[in-house]
Amino acid sequence: MKIHEYQAKEILRAYGVKTPKGVPCFSVDEAEEAARKLGGDVWVVKAQIHAGGRGKGGGVKVVKSFDEVRAVSSSILGMQLVTHQTGSTGQLVKRLMVEEGAAIEKELYVGMVVDRSTQTICLMASSEGGMDIEEVAASTPEKIHKIFIDPKQGLDRIASIQLNKKIGLPQQALEKGADLFEGLYQAFVDTDASLAEINPMILTVDGDILALDAKMNFDTNALFRQPKILDMRDLDEEDPAEIEASKFDLSYISLDGDIGCLVNGAGLAMATMDVIKLFGGEPANFLDVGGGATTEKVTEAFKIMLSNPKLKAILVNIFGGIMQCDVIATGVVEAAKQVDLTVPLVVRMKGTNEDLGKQILRESGLPIISSDTMADAAQQVVEAARGGQ
Amino acid sequence: MSILINKNTRVITQGITGKTGRFHTQTSRDYANGRSCYVAGVNPKKAGQDFEGIPIYGTVVEAKQQTGATVSVVYVPPVGAAAAILEAVEAELELVICITEGIPVKDMIELRYSMRNMNSRTLLLGPNCPGVITPDELKIGIMPGHIHRKGRIGVVSRSGTLTYEAVAQLTELGLGQSTAVGIGGDPVNGLKHIDVLKLFNEDPETDAVVMIGEIGGTDEEAAAVWVKEHMSKPVVGFIAGVTAPAGKRMGHAGAIISGGQGTADEKLRIMDASGISVTRDPSKMGSLLKSVL
Repeated sequence: MKIHEYQAKEILRAYGVKTPKGVPCFSVDEAEEAARKLGGDVWVVKAQIHAGGRGKGGGVKVVKSFDEVRAVSSSILGMQLVTHQTGSTGQLVKRLMVEEGAAIEKELYVGMVVDRSTQTICLMASSEGGMDIEEVAASTPEKIHKIFIDPKQGLDRIASIQLNKKIGLPQQALEKGADLFEGLYQAFVDTDASLAEINPMILTVDGDILALDAKMNFDTNALFRQPKILDMRDLDEEDPAEIEASKFDLSYISLDGDIGCLVNGAGLAMATMDVIKLFGGEPANFLDVGGGATTEKVTEAFKIMLSNPKLKAILVNIFGGIMQCDVIATGVVEAAKQVDLTVPLVVRMKGTNEDLGKQILRESGLPIISSDTMADAAQQVVEAARGGQ
Repeated sequence: MSILINKNTRVITQGITGKTGRFHTQTSRDYANGRSCYVAGVNPKKAGQDFEGIPIYGTVVEAKQQTGATVSVVYVPPVGAAAAILEAVEAELELVICITEGIPVKDMIELRYSMRNMNSRTLLLGPNCPGVITPDELKIGIMPGHIHRKGRIGVVSRSGTLTYEAVAQLTELGLGQSTAVGIGGDPVNGLKHIDVLKLFNEDPETDAVVMIGEIGGTDEEAAAVWVKEHMSKPVVGFIAGVTAPAGKRMGHAGAIISGGQGTADEKLRIMDASGISVTRDPSKMGSLLKSVL
């Protein structure tokens, strides 16, 4: 789960990480009021969306008067902000943060992730602050330094100070840099984060260390014990189809293509998308109905897929293991009757009670194209989608 | 022979009294030698009772002492699953298979550290996996037993239903399986592709292996490098998620392309370069394996 920058900064401040003073705003009036309250003569108006790359997309502006605060806020609020992470349609900006300006001496990078190969939390830091860290990793990997943290010991202070030295902090700022790392680590652990990034972390001309930007993602498996984090969820930032699907315990992700797929199991669902692509089609979604699909779940899954105006055909691919094909077939027939099925439907079923399932589909009188293998099903559905053009 | 489990394995079920545990204990016990293999359940609140004739003990240690079991399967809900695994590790079982889906990553990190600090010799399979089956001998987990046939092909996979797909293709082509292992879809887990491939390589009754991976992490790459150097048997592979977009979690917590790492194309490229025959068509996993025998 993702949160906004201002929320991540709120969390980090509670762990002693210093940030510039800032105020979240939902309107131009609020933005001006925030600037007046913050005082000073330089502010930064920052679009609050979950995607990165906001600066390059025009969502972050430095302003020097209250008039400018109003003008910039009014242009950013309500804009479709396009960044490398939003896709071509961009993301509607509904929230801003107005922040006091900072006098930057040096920009650095610090991030924290779960490292899969060592199975622990990895702190990464670099002298190359303010840049896309994936680019730094690709072009100058020697500029990224890492500490792998033993969860029983915590972050080692000495290693932390040495790392701050490596990324170029002056002697008198090393303790402050280590304090920030410590706060970041504690926040990461306590909130069940899966990613935390401060880019840039800055050294100010006054010798202070601040988090100028902040990003945190959280482990969805742990949200049951993180009610405060769950409260920060902003549904406006999420795909309505994905939210609807999650209500029915369906794992759904919208994609750009026109062939819907309904599959049981995440691996098989991905493989089904791949085989559609292999035969020249484009999947419209990833959809895993899970192990215990009921008629209700299958019906909802159909409704969600059909709400996509681009949809031209649907492929149902079920491997009946514990889940029986006849149960799924009944669900598919019920769903097809309840929703107005306007696109061709190809069904491929395999496994437990396969013949019974196929019989139910045949006898339903619905125009369902039945198929035996994944490859054949994919060919059929690609053809059906083309026929609909 | 086989790897990890066989008809002489004796199994403890942790979480035997929950809905999932009950259902899968019944179906697993009905498969092949299940009746003699499932010897104990654990639930501290129901010690002294039984589940359909399987005695329930208060702790794993007690269950092990009373029955001689060396393997446990965990169906405990996410909130207590890591603690349940740790209990089995502390009881020094040989193998713990955790089926539970949705365990917080932090709990798994702490568990793996504890296992390392203890120099534990216990093998962990999973979590969030379908389990392991040695056809006609013993099934531990949630896979449908009837699609399997006894034979000489090893199967190792991160996915559930995609594994069943591969197994069904093999069975249809008359190729039985020595053992089929689901290592699970979580980012922090126990046995990885490389570990299972090593076991298959040493198993005299496995002739070739189907390796199924998916996007996320670099485990398949590590396994491929090992295969190139050490594997004496043919390996064929498929990676799910060629069409998956970056930054989106595709169902499994571990199936996510992040930081430019873990793409299906990169995995397929390295596997191919390591002498593993790969296919981009998941309906060809069985026939590809047949072609390399």
